Amino acid sequence: MKYIIKKALLVFAFLSSVFLPQAGFANEDIHLESAPIDASNHESLQRGAKTFVNYCLNCHSANYMRYNRLLDIGLSEKQIKDNLLFAADKIGDPMKVAMNKADAKKWLGVAPPDLSVEVRARGADWVYNYLRSFYRDADSATGWNNVVYPKVAMPHILYELQGEQKFNHETHELTLVKPGKLSVIEYDNFVGDLTNFLAYMSEPAKQQRNHMGWFVLLFLGVLLVLTYRLKKAYWKDIH
Amino acid sequence: MTVKTELKQNKSAGTNLSQNVLNWVDDRFPLTSNIKAHLTEYYAPKNFNILYYFGALSLLVLVLQILTGIFLTMHYKPDAELAFGSVEYIMRDVPWGWLIRYMHSTGASMFFIVVYMHMFRGIIYGSYRTPRELLWLFGVGIFLCLMGEAFFGYLLPWGQMSYWGAQVIVNLFSAIPFIGPDVSEWLRGDYLVSDATLNRFFAFHVIALPFVLVGLVAAHIIALHEVGSNNPDGIEIKKNKDKETGIPLDGIPFHPYYTVKDVSGAVVFLTVFSTVIFFAPEMGGYFLEANNFVPANPLVTPAHIAPVWYFTPYYSILRAVPPFPGIGIIGIPPSLFPGVAAMGLSVMVFALLPWLDKGPVKSIRYRGTLYKKWLAAFVVSFVVLGYLGTEPSNIWGQFGGYLGNADRATVVARFFTIVYFAFFILMPWYTKKDKTLPVPERVTG
Repeated sequence: MKYIIKKALLVFAFLSSVFLPQAGFANEDIHLESAPIDASNHESLQRGAKTFVNYCLNCHSANYMRYNRLLDIGLSEKQIKDNLLFAADKIGDPMKVAMNKADAKKWLGVAPPDLSVEVRARGADWVYNYLRSFYRDADSATGWNNVVYPKVAMPHILYELQGEQKFNHETHELTLVKPGKLSVIEYDNFVGDLTNFLAYMSEPAKQQRNHMGWFVLLFLGVLLVLTYRLKKAYWKDIH
Repeated sequence: MTVKTELKQNKSAGTNLSQNVLNWVDDRFPLTSNIKAHLTEYYAPKNFNILYYFGALSLLVLVLQILTGIFLTMHYKPDAELAFGSVEYIMRDVPWGWLIRYMHSTGASMFFIVVYMHMFRGIIYGSYRTPRELLWLFGVGIFLCLMGEAFFGYLLPWGQMSYWGAQVIVNLFSAIPFIGPDVSEWLRGDYLVSDATLNRFFAFHVIALPFVLVGLVAAHIIALHEVGSNNPDGIEIKKNKDKETGIPLDGIPFHPYYTVKDVSGAVVFLTVFSTVIFFAPEMGGYFLEANNFVPANPLVTPAHIAPVWYFTPYYSILRAVPPFPGIGIIGIPPSLFPGVAAMGLSVMVFALLPWLDKGPVKSIRYRGTLYKKWLAAFVVSFVVLGYLGTEPSNIWGQFGGYLGNADRATVVARFFTIVYFAFFILMPWYTKKDKTLPVPERVTG
């Protein structure tokens, strides 16, 4: 019997080792640097929210995210209303854009995707690296191309801040040829904050979820001791 | 008035009152006799091991799926325009919606884990053998129903994987000769997966299949309690009864012994379940796929479409079986039907187990090495096919020209598909030939 159980456990262990590795759908040939994600860093999230509203929310909506959810990351209602509420009237409104999909398609070629759950679809690392990997490409319609997302339709919106990169197709390296307003480190931090916010926005309940998990496990641990002793007590005469 | 005074006078009136109520009910409904038949006087073998938790756990997961499903239905919108958003609404705006949704999505995968373990236990201890053939068949019915539930339910979030997964699976039906194209159109209610499909899948998922599922589960339990539980020794405990009481000597009442035991098992299960829900609800993309966070788009086909992990062994078999090339001269067109048929068979073949197994013993404990080797080969094929089904078929590259540049993974999948079916087809032979051990009279520890 022990043998069977051991075998079953082995099979189970094997199954889980096979099934655990990350199954994302990013291009696996490209090395992605890991994004500085920290959902407990409210200052970073607030900076990211500001960047998102100022730079992204003109074209990209976040239809499932409400402005007042930003109360969770330490902003006050007044701060949200005064600084972030450009595209909506009420603080409980979702982050919509004025442009409709058909127009967007006509004007930009592709309707910019909604970013509410973008990080869940592509992964934070992908987003972080994508935003740092634009380079000048004279052959593309926008004048920009991207290492992480080749032939992307979006131009480099943060060009002013990052500056201009060149891509060497032989060495596969990006080099900064024209500096922007931010230094390389400043830009990485800036994009890191934005990615952090996008990651937070893709699942606002995540922190609460992780926090609650420990209490649930603690409760179940205590319950296990009690139920196991109950079982032992009932079974003491069964041989 | 008389009742009241009696209550005051008699200290044990409470007991009498509940006894009276019970008698009143029992005269009108077989309550006490059912509690006895199914709980307090249902005698289960005392030697159940860890694998015997999974039946009760399946029931627990079924109840959780139904309860969380009810609450999800209150907020979900089965409409192609609204479905994706309504799921995000549940995740963000519905109080505790994220918890309910993760319980349901994790529950789907956990359901298959516990059911696969339950089936594995049935196979190794010969729980499908006489007199439990019908019990096993009800179980196979439950398994099919569960697969249907998982398939229909997976369309509902209306993400890219939902959409294209449904598209691929429904298209499989069109490979059936003659009636195929009509069948798949009838299933979809449209020429491609659309709002109409979403609506009917919703109906199947929340009404039709749950009804059938619960009915089959009831039949499964009634059949079990009629024939009695098998055990790791594969011995009929009813053969050794106490002469006076008629109670099996190796049996103990299900309640309280197995109820308390299953409760502690359930707590262990819930610990694993909660760990996934609270710390890894996507389970690295295997329980919730990244691509399903992109809304369904009929115009963009994902580069890699794979079913959820619990379907992948059968999906691998589908891909491994080569298509029928067609016979041009007499006008028979090429067809994918062989793969589709093999996939269907790979699931249905479990139903034949009671009649394929010719072994003189039931339990693996008393089987010889021949059976154990075949079983091990089957488990390995199931796992390898399961893994390969999650990956594109070029994952391991190609063989050289000497093998026609075939995908390595496809060749491996073909080999294990043969092993998978050989386990069943050759079972009458190797179970008969197997050198078994003598089975003891009474159960062992």
